[in-house]
Amino acid sequence: MRHADFLQFFQDGLFTGTLPPGVTARAPDEAAQRFAVYRNNVAHSLSRALAARFPAVERILGAEFFAALAPLFLAEQGPQNPMLFAWGGGFADFLTGFPPLAGLPWVADVARIEFARGEAYHAADAEPLPPEALSQAAADAGRARLALHPSLRIVPSRFAAVSAWAMNQPGATPAPLEVNRPETALILRDRRDDVPVRALGPGDATFVAALQSGLVLIRAAEAAATAEPGHDPGAILLSLARAGALTGLAFGETA
Amino acid sequence: MTAMTKTLTLTASLATALTLAASMASAEGEMEKCYGVAMAGQNDCAAGPGTTCAGTATKDFQGNAWKYVPAGTCVTMETPNGKGSLEPIAM
Repeated sequence: MRHADFLQFFQDGLFTGTLPPGVTARAPDEAAQRFAVYRNNVAHSLSRALAARFPAVERILGAEFFAALAPLFLAEQGPQNPMLFAWGGGFADFLTGFPPLAGLPWVADVARIEFARGEAYHAADAEPLPPEALSQAAADAGRARLALHPSLRIVPSRFAAVSAWAMNQPGATPAPLEVNRPETALILRDRRDDVPVRALGPGDATFVAALQSGLVLIRAAEAAATAEPGHDPGAILLSLARAGALTGLAFGETA
Repeated sequence: MTAMTKTLTLTASLATALTLAASMASAEGEMEKCYGVAMAGQNDCAAGPGTTCAGTATKDFQGNAWKYVPAGTCVTMETPNGKGSLEPIAM
């Protein structure tokens, strides 16, 4: 057997439970039992890795529930990449399709926030625009297009997912929460490599999403004013600039 | 408000925010990456080959490990190996 084949059998066996051809033990009839011990260690460590990636979801569901759920997700979507932080992009959708959680549809959005935070933490660096570029953009809002920091993520939710996430952070105390109101999460790695999560109203959310999609400033502001009549984009734009989130500038409408 | 005044109001608000941001750039709360000042295991990031993670400096004041410090203070920090540096220090 080629070594590469053996590795493939071994990896498949970890998830299917089939004893891979070529695995032996000093007492051959114990091979299956020993392989099962190995499988259990892999499954347990990956379950804990998933919990470390989605700590608020684990806290909301409880450690026991999470421990029962993690192997089911693992069986469906194991890691595809040696970098563990890249694993779990499908966890939110898995939660949505998990019948016991049908009554807690907002938990999937908490998972989306947690996954986006990890992506933001590992996103590329980008230098904020210098003051001269900000002044140029200020002088021509009709043509200026701003590029946003690579770590910036927007996670819209029909539920109060940001509030739910926030009250399940270490040191926070969950309190009764009206979950049936929409919140959009703004996620951004800041200058200290922290990744705070902020809830945006409909106008601010539309404005940031429009900038991210490449609209010129004035078009983004108009879209925001349509989503939320009377919306003033000044505060959110200043806040993005101060967070170092404005990282590129171009002029003219995109094709 | 007419469509024209609305656009003017929005333009003014955008311009004000950006002008204010330009005047505040590199203002309070800025941090810089300072090499050679972190104690072992206390670096914020960057240390030996292949590692790009926090807490991986294996000795005090390691030249390729950096720590966030308030902007402007890095090159004034005294260590047993000399002052802090904004660039990695060859070891």
